[in-house]
Amino acid sequence: MQQKNLRTIALTILLSGSMIACGGENEKTSSSKETTTVQQSPKPETKPETKPASDDMSDIGVGPIKAFTLPAEIDQAMAAEGKKIFKAKCTACHKVSKKFIGPSPKGIVNRRNPAWIMNMILNPEKMVKEDPIAKALLKKYSAPMANQGLTEEDARKVLEYFRTL
Amino acid sequence: MKQLINYFMVLAVIGFLASCNQAPTKKSTSSKSGALSGSVAERVYVAPGEHDSHYAFISGGFSGQLSVYGLPSGRLFRVVPVFSQDPEKGYGYNQETKPMLMTSHGFVPWGDSHHPDISQTNGTVDGRWVFINENNTPRIARVSLKTFETEEIIEIPNSAGNHSSSFVTENTEYVVAGTRFAVPFPQRDMSIKDMKGNFKGALTFLKVDPTTGHMSIAFQIKMPGFNYDLAHPGRGKSHGWFFFSTYNTEEANSLLEVNASQNDKDFIAAINWKKIEEYVANGGGKKVAAKYTHNLWHDNQHATTSTMEKEVLVVEPKDVPGAIFFLPTAKSPHGCDVDPSGEYIIGNGKLAAAMTVHSFSKLQKAIEDKAFDGEKYGIPVVKFEAVNYGVLENPGLGPLHTEFDTRGNAYTTFFISSEVVKWNIKDLKVIDRHPVYYSVGHLMIPGGNSQHPDDKYLVAMNKITKDRYLSTGPEVCQSAQLFDISGEKMELLLDFPTIGEPHYAAGIAADKIEPKTTKIYKLEENTHPYAVKSEAETKVERKGNEVHIYMSMIRSHFSPDNIEGVKVGDKVFFHVTNLEQDYDVPHGIAMIGANTSEMLIMPGRTATMIWEPKEVGVWPFYCTDFCSALHQEMQGYIRVSPRGSNTPLTFTLDGDVPGQDE
Repeated sequence: MQQKNLRTIALTILLSGSMIACGGENEKTSSSKETTTVQQSPKPETKPETKPASDDMSDIGVGPIKAFTLPAEIDQAMAAEGKKIFKAKCTACHKVSKKFIGPSPKGIVNRRNPAWIMNMILNPEKMVKEDPIAKALLKKYSAPMANQGLTEEDARKVLEYFRTL
Repeated sequence: MKQLINYFMVLAVIGFLASCNQAPTKKSTSSKSGALSGSVAERVYVAPGEHDSHYAFISGGFSGQLSVYGLPSGRLFRVVPVFSQDPEKGYGYNQETKPMLMTSHGFVPWGDSHHPDISQTNGTVDGRWVFINENNTPRIARVSLKTFETEEIIEIPNSAGNHSSSFVTENTEYVVAGTRFAVPFPQRDMSIKDMKGNFKGALTFLKVDPTTGHMSIAFQIKMPGFNYDLAHPGRGKSHGWFFFSTYNTEEANSLLEVNASQNDKDFIAAINWKKIEEYVANGGGKKVAAKYTHNLWHDNQHATTSTMEKEVLVVEPKDVPGAIFFLPTAKSPHGCDVDPSGEYIIGNGKLAAAMTVHSFSKLQKAIEDKAFDGEKYGIPVVKFEAVNYGVLENPGLGPLHTEFDTRGNAYTTFFISSEVVKWNIKDLKVIDRHPVYYSVGHLMIPGGNSQHPDDKYLVAMNKITKDRYLSTGPEVCQSAQLFDISGEKMELLLDFPTIGEPHYAAGIAADKIEPKTTKIYKLEENTHPYAVKSEAETKVERKGNEVHIYMSMIRSHFSPDNIEGVKVGDKVFFHVTNLEQDYDVPHGIAMIGANTSEMLIMPGRTATMIWEPKEVGVWPFYCTDFCSALHQEMQGYIRVSPRGSNTPLTFTLDGDVPGQDE
């Protein structure tokens, strides 16, 4: 029994180690996916210049989405579709009404750059390793965000839904 | 002995280290240097993170499974469960896959798998499916090479010892299943000593749907009661024909070791299946009552259906004249192999120490000229000289199987003399021989059963292992050996262990499979009746004493994870959906006291296990596959109250009804 516990602990350490080490593989997976589902700008992996963490709204994050401006009007049809996607793919960890596994998306459009939000959805493995805000959030919430395989189009709709919250 | 091994190991290490300084182009100097040469080590070394160039699908023999290896590294990637339960994956334990192991004899948890063969298009392996036969309870399975899962198993009626199977024709029109043990056809109560003339050997042709791969028995040929040992299809010019080796043409029913080895020549049965196909298409054959299961996996429902089929179409050889011939072949031939051009049909004369090479062109001429030497049970026996191209005498002892390269050479395994012999078919001359360790059975060259062998590597699958690896008690792993056959001489590169006792293997270039493999199952496509698509759909329902838990899993929690109101005597169904949509994030679930199964569930999949709680208490369940840094936290509790108690049925996650968001 004792031995088994020990083994479990050892295994845990080993596996945690290997999870960290596996980062490269994750990157590979997500970047190969980008090539098929997302129009890619020539250098998608370029590291953003390090920004002070306080300057939240200007941080666009790391991933396929470059800086862009949201139209003034909310597209309600798009938001409705985004709500469906959110319910299907995100509610296992996010609730609107409160903090659940991760934070509530309420008000996120006032806290984060729209590109950051989409990159967080599309490229969470890299975001929690490279983006200062995402890194801080992982520390706070412990559970790394899962990549639910949304397309860029899906993520854009979810973002539109967030604008209605 | 041990010292010797140590000595060799030291040498090997030195050799390996030395190789680091060698120019990469430097080749091993001779086959004698074997695995001790540093440059040989380089040729099987696949650096961390790099991929092998070939897949090898190696039969799991008496494990009933199919193993997946990389070449040239010899690394084991996966064991695909086919004919046996697999506790690693829940195959044959969970409700969705249990029907896959149903047969007309009931549930069979452990089979004996033999000859994997990859589907083909235009005489080239296409990497869509692997077919593999079960010898004991005659069946053919189809494994998807997108998911590496068993999608279909069909039972073969009127057969026993399903051994000359499961080889495919060059456009996967058919996969064949031949019987090794002649039996009453149909089965009946009769005296064993009356076997001769009364037992039959069924050769079954299964049609394969070109799009779905679904199999169905097209027809069964009711052959004389010989033992049909192995088979290969014609190709190129001989496409449309199939060749089966026979032994025990003596029709002995006891002490076959002696009594089935009396005739100096047995036969290769040459079957013109196109002719029989035409006969059947025109209404030929007779539908005969039979009982056999057809088990089919449904990818969207994530479930298997098992159907009991009721009849089979039987063809009597006498009714299709000109379709079946016997070719005399020395003695008790085992392997029956056809070269890539389709011209040469080779009988591996197990007890003759001779390779009989028949010519397809000569066969056509012999049929035209009616060059026959009598008949056996109405089937013409072609005159040996009229069909034989030549005989390679005394190439070794105990020839079993032959594969081919693209340069006109054959590679034959010799069981008794423990060697692989390379010989030229046209010249009937031995070119090279190499010892193997020990007693080799099958061998495989990727694309071997096709018009286009991918002839860089050869894998020899040995029956006896003895001292090749660290001892693990009386039972040791099986041993395979990898050769480089690109040069004039065969070079031994690597030993690697295999599971069960491999009988045959099929290999293919990795790029024909890898880009098409499934990474996740899309939740949108999941039509399992108990699937949940989000946590809001998770729930618990009671129907009498059945409790159905619609549960979800995602890094790293179950929903619901607190359940109350279950009672002793209930039958609790865990219908669990993995909500992940990311590659390589399966979750497992284990429930204390579950006597049926644990489960391992792939992203987007749903699976079901049953738990019948017998003790009052609060019992935990948890995730068995390390899924994230919070894997240890992925657990839940179920409260079990006494029989007849009034504890209300509740299910929650973090105190709320799952999915509630107000």
